[in-house]
Amino acid sequence: MDLSKPAALIIGGGIAGIQAALDIADAGFPVYLVEREPSVGGRMAQLDKTFPTLDCSACILTPKMVDVGRHPNIELMTYSEVVSVAPPPEGNGKRGMFRVQVRKAPRYVDVNKCTGCGSCAAACRMKGRVLSKFDEGIAKRSAIYVPFPQAVPLKYTVDPTVCLFLTRGTCGKTFLCKDACPAGAIDFEQQEEIVDLEVGAIVVATGFDLLDPRLKPEFGYGVYPEVMTGIEFERLSSASGPTMGKVVVNGKEPKDVVFIKCVGSRERQRRREQAALGEQAALGEQAALGGVPYCSRVCCMYTAKHAHLVRDKLPDARVTIFYMDVRAFGKGYEEFYDRVKHEHVLYRRGEPSEVYRRGDKLVVQAEDTMLGKPVEVEADLVVLATAITPRTDMPQVSALLGLERSPDGFFQEAHPKLRPVDSLVDGVFLAGCCQGPKDIPDTVAHAKAAASSALRVLVQQTRENS
Amino acid sequence: MALKTEPMVEQLELMGCIQCGKCTGGCPVARKTTLNIRSLIYNMLVEPELDVNAHPELWDCTCCFTCVERCPKDVRPAELVIGLRGQLVESGHIPDTIGAALTGIFRQGNPTGIAREDRMGWANGTQIKAAQEGCEVLLHVCCTPAYDPRVQVVPRALVKAFTAAGLDFGTLGTDESCCGNEVRRMGESGLFEMLVEENGELIRSVGAGRLVTVSPHCFNTFKNEYSLSGGAGEQGSGRAGEQGGRGAMEVLHYTQLMAELVEQGRLKFSNEVKKTVTYHDPCFLGKQNHIFDEPRAVLKAIPGLKLVEMDRNRERSLCCEGGGGRMWAEGTNLQERLAFQRVREAAETGAEVLAVACPFCLLTLEDAVKVQGLDEKLRVMDIMELVDLAL
Repeated sequence: MDLSKPAALIIGGGIAGIQAALDIADAGFPVYLVEREPSVGGRMAQLDKTFPTLDCSACILTPKMVDVGRHPNIELMTYSEVVSVAPPPEGNGKRGMFRVQVRKAPRYVDVNKCTGCGSCAAACRMKGRVLSKFDEGIAKRSAIYVPFPQAVPLKYTVDPTVCLFLTRGTCGKTFLCKDACPAGAIDFEQQEEIVDLEVGAIVVATGFDLLDPRLKPEFGYGVYPEVMTGIEFERLSSASGPTMGKVVVNGKEPKDVVFIKCVGSRERQRRREQAALGEQAALGEQAALGGVPYCSRVCCMYTAKHAHLVRDKLPDARVTIFYMDVRAFGKGYEEFYDRVKHEHVLYRRGEPSEVYRRGDKLVVQAEDTMLGKPVEVEADLVVLATAITPRTDMPQVSALLGLERSPDGFFQEAHPKLRPVDSLVDGVFLAGCCQGPKDIPDTVAHAKAAASSALRVLVQQTRENS
Repeated sequence: MALKTEPMVEQLELMGCIQCGKCTGGCPVARKTTLNIRSLIYNMLVEPELDVNAHPELWDCTCCFTCVERCPKDVRPAELVIGLRGQLVESGHIPDTIGAALTGIFRQGNPTGIAREDRMGWANGTQIKAAQEGCEVLLHVCCTPAYDPRVQVVPRALVKAFTAAGLDFGTLGTDESCCGNEVRRMGESGLFEMLVEENGELIRSVGAGRLVTVSPHCFNTFKNEYSLSGGAGEQGSGRAGEQGGRGAMEVLHYTQLMAELVEQGRLKFSNEVKKTVTYHDPCFLGKQNHIFDEPRAVLKAIPGLKLVEMDRNRERSLCCEGGGGRMWAEGTNLQERLAFQRVREAAETGAEVLAVACPFCLLTLEDAVKVQGLDEKLRVMDIMELVDLAL
């Protein structure tokens, strides 16, 4: 990287962070892209096909992931976290630099030797016993793993929370992973590394979380295996997922699929809770209470997409979507919704109230408000479109960078209409869902705008220094 | 009687309704009557007037508050039912049986109308401390356990348990009056306010640190609608009171206190009760106040007892159709009560006993067992009846 130019720091390696990194790097400035997980890709890597074009998510994302991995102007720091940010020193009218510390966690694998062959994971004693976070808990992996086959960098990582050696001090008589590794890459002596960086601009692209559906006990999530969330359905439907894309529940193909939207979104805070808390629930607490007041923006479209995928894979299934509204606002969205209905996906108006079991089926209980009477719809699969929420570590990231948060808990932009990518901290920009729920087109646009704003700072610094 | 809709829309803040239908969708009686609360709200919003008399199905609501719990916009739909019932009460258009219950509460402090002086008959001669003399735990017996012979065993069992645990407890004796929970829900807000004032004063004067109730209905209103907890609880609106503050009382349902006594080892269960038991979550304890674990903890502590769960448990428990004044009104739907379906669900679990923690559930579910001829298969018992066997 050409470190004669001021660098940018990008926190978060999902599509927002990746796009911002590529734009800044292509403009000729050095970029540090820091990602907490062992691979970049973020949420978009978890998706199957994307609306409204039905592009395969991994197919359009992985080229960018590869670019970011090999760009001469990008230093990719995965399995790493930003631990401190000191704001630029005041004085002399020039823009100073942020001093940042990044902690690179030990993978216990030497990335210079690891070829990504996977022999270690195949041999691991914990194989098939560790719930995979990438697969949203519907599949299992080994203690040594890559999150998904297209990972960038394609280097294995030992999970210190489940590895028998790291948690208990021994792993049988011999390290099965070390024995299996042809490159001798496994190194349990590896230590964390703290790296000091100086950057001129920071782009925050830390993404989002999803509402815990157990906070809506009326739908039976966690009680019935046939009830799953939208993101779990993405993994089920993905060709590279645990069932190779077959929609199979309890070992069978469902005959009746019901989608429930607005699970936890668009919820006004209860007056009773307000009385108990004394005021509006604090930022981010709303999600923990089980409902957020805003619309999560993407669920109407991804539910239509899910219904399409089910119809595609299960031509004879009965597919029902219960809705309060259908928000198809983007380019090609209304047309997609129209198409999906013509594929015999039935939209019924009414927010379901309860799911319970009857025999070997589930029953979704709702009022069909168009008919004006209560209805019961049988289902073998119920998919819940859970609310998009701010990440649970928002308070820590806020404190790290001095960022403000909006009442909805996401990072506060400097002006909601005119300055959508500026944070309230000079030199720190916001990209993607950490500022509010967005679909992929809006995320990419937002990230490119953040990159452009960051470039203004970097160009200004370059001029000031020359 | 044509009610002008606007004032009630304003007062109840119905404007936020997005007509999602989650209220009617979850309403236990919606599938058996013409009661459609979403539709009623819409009519209130768009029509200038509502003919309240044209809606006798308003008396079908059990006030289970599933609609209130699940409404995404905090519209509190059941409060509209209560508000409209208030209009009917004012104009005198109420079922005779409900009128009789309200009159009984007004005159004798209980809906049966039996003399107040007979209120302590349940104690069977056992001397119970008068709370007015001062005690740590004030036990509010509730009208139904006081007067109904089937339910009287419950407060007797509680007295036995509290005595065994060495609690300093007392009751208000014949000074105890109906808590008014059902009164408010039947629409008689005037009588309710009077009860809150008089009962509140009497209860506070005892100076007990804790108020424990037999019925979840009493628990609900004392906790959320009286100002006993020292906080900003407002009358008649269902707002939560806050715990703490000087003179604040802790309001508990008996299952919470029993669970505490069991955990602290202050109750010894020396007898085995070898039964398979399933527990029915009462709406006023479970759905509305989120108390699901303590009753189960008490049951699980009984030696030999095997607890099995129904599919529709906890937040999805099926209302027995006893609340909201339904103990004194059949409503417009003359089909079997939901209690009938509920006991079938209980029987399906293979349980021999259906455990309850509410006097209304006890009566409606036992009725349902008898009428369906299930008495050989299933017995309905209050948790305290099981505890009594174990003590």
